[in-house]
Amino acid sequence: MIFKIAWRNIWRNKRRTAITAASIFFAVLFSVTMGAINRGMFDKMIDDSVNFYTGYAQVTQKGYWEERFLEKSFELSPALEATLKASPGVKDVVPRLESYALAAYKKITKSALVVGIDPEKEAALTGLSERMVAGNYLNKGEAAVLIGEGLSQKLKLGVGDTIVLISQGYRGVNAAGKYLVKGIISFGAPDMSAKMIYMPLKTAQWFYGATELVTTVVLDVRDKYATELAVNNLRTVLDTANTYDVLGWQEMMPEIMEMKSMKESSNTIVVLILYLIISFGIFGVILMMTKERQREFGVLLSIGMKRSQLGIITWVETMFLGLIGAIIGIAVSYALMYYIFLNPIPITGDMAKAYADFGIEAKICVSIDSDIFYSQGIIVILITTLLALYPCLQIWKMKPIEAMRA
Amino acid sequence: MDKVIKVQGVTKTYNPDTIPVHALRGVNLEIEPGEFTALVGPSGSGKTTLLNAIGGLDTPTGGSITIRGQDIAKLSDSAMIEFRKQYIGFVFQAYNLIPVLTAKENVEFVMLLQGKSQEERATRVKELLKAVGLEDQIDRRPAQLSGGQQQRVAVARALASKPMFILADEPTANLDSKSTANLLDIMAKLNKEENITFLFSTHDQRVIDRARRIVTLEDGQIISDETIAS
Ligand SMILES: Nc1ncnc2c1ncn2[C@@H]1O[C@H](COP(=O)(O)OP(=O)(O)OP(=O)(O)O)[C@@H](O)[C@H]1O
Ligand SMILES: [Mg+2]
Repeated sequence: MIFKIAWRNIWRNKRRTAITAASIFFAVLFSVTMGAINRGMFDKMIDDSVNFYTGYAQVTQKGYWEERFLEKSFELSPALEATLKASPGVKDVVPRLESYALAAYKKITKSALVVGIDPEKEAALTGLSERMVAGNYLNKGEAAVLIGEGLSQKLKLGVGDTIVLISQGYRGVNAAGKYLVKGIISFGAPDMSAKMIYMPLKTAQWFYGATELVTTVVLDVRDKYATELAVNNLRTVLDTANTYDVLGWQEMMPEIMEMKSMKESSNTIVVLILYLIISFGIFGVILMMTKERQREFGVLLSIGMKRSQLGIITWVETMFLGLIGAIIGIAVSYALMYYIFLNPIPITGDMAKAYADFGIEAKICVSIDSDIFYSQGIIVILITTLLALYPCLQIWKMKPIEAMRA
Repeated sequence: MDKVIKVQGVTKTYNPDTIPVHALRGVNLEIEPGEFTALVGPSGSGKTTLLNAIGGLDTPTGGSITIRGQDIAKLSDSAMIEFRKQYIGFVFQAYNLIPVLTAKENVEFVMLLQGKSQEERATRVKELLKAVGLEDQIDRRPAQLSGGQQQRVAVARALASKPMFILADEPTANLDSKSTANLLDIMAKLNKEENITFLFSTHDQRVIDRARRIVTLEDGQIISDETIAS
């Protein structure tokens, strides 16, 4: 009966209920959208980086990530490879030798990241072979390269042309070579598209004069969550004090992680201010409701209703009021976010350029992590619980006869 | 038999610290079971104040009120609520009912507060609404009932808890003469057939005419108390 009364009371003033619910609805929708886009963009950046390139975890010579140059390369001995592969969470190990080089074709010269890879393992790890837009994929040991689409456009070359690469190799030797462009690869992230050149590992070792050496070993882990397992294990197994570094994806992109947490805190502040404003609105409604019903409350107390029971009624009412907006808000924003999650919105114009400068694909991506949604529910419940105390307090100190005279 | 209500030397002073209003100045009154008593007197004479004090809604400044042997001043706030729920039924001048509940639910609600069982509630609600002549309107909400019908629901509700007595403060003040007569018929019938004690205040001569005892207040004191021989 208490719920029945509360429920009907909510519909007593339909317009007021609708306005309150709507304000909560929009607050939830706004907060969710903001949170989902923010998380979505960073997740996309991280995922792009992880999927296209860094992988979830890497093993390098100690200090390589701070100063990435060839002198910090190391040998992937069969014993080391076996140790890495034996670690829990690790499916495979993918060796790379990478450094910067100048890439020239006819009159044009551009800087490029030339990466020696194991074609098969790389295909399994990053799906490189599926990102071919022209030509064919690499075979082990051949003197050919794949280049990023952006770079190919800058150099104005295509499949079948020959590219000249010049760099400084291991221990300062001169590195130079001519390679057949065997294929063009597309990347979502524009900055990778504009700088990547892949060649077979053996070819790269020749080019850089770094026989048998690698700069990084990417760990092919089962998923994000297996990363921690693998990383923690290898940190105890390997000599990380002097020889090796084992890095998880968070450590490979500290700037992104920092930016993400900064953006998240600034968003939190915006959301809190928004809810604060909404709270004042709801409080106004509750204030009015309490005032209007003084008499009714007085009668109820006189006919033997306990203050606690009456308090529960008003509390439930306020909660209902809050939850209606929150539930609809969460449902609608979930549907909306889910739709955008499946169909990211392409961005055009100036915004697209800003995204490109940032090194990410010009698409609005959203996250549908459940915490983005239920956290709004929790906020609304907290706010309404707090606000619902007001009528309870009023009822607690109410004198029935005075209330009835009002 | 025991007295239902015993009021001894009750005084009530509003605003004792600023501009004191002596609403009751030593009232003595005893009500026996089965009485049908009207409390009359000019406006401001203290009728409402006295009824509220008897109902435990307000505390008198002096004197004592005893209901079936219990000095109600000795009850705590929550014990008083329990006590009211069990022994006292109220009918107020207006806006008595819970607006979002139907007539039936309004009556049932009191029994629910008392923790009565589903079957007991169902039968008694039907019985009571029939007794007040509203068996056809049980599913209407207060807004869909006339003032007189609302007051009859209020009487039914006051009776739902099977109280010893009903306090009614100007129950007919907002009713036309037909509704007034109707409500009084019902009150008189319940009084006669179920031996429910009624104490009601009124200005209305037609209501006074139906009372079997008339207590007249003036300026916070009882100036006459007459029992009408039937
Ligand atoms: N809360 C209050 N504060 C101050 N004075 C009050 C209060 N309630 C009532 N009074 C005063 O007490 C006196 C008695 O009031 P009461 O309401 O009991 O009269 P009444 O007989 O019920 O009058 P009416 O017939 O108009 O309803 C009046 O002088 C009134 O002004
Ligand atoms: Mg009065």
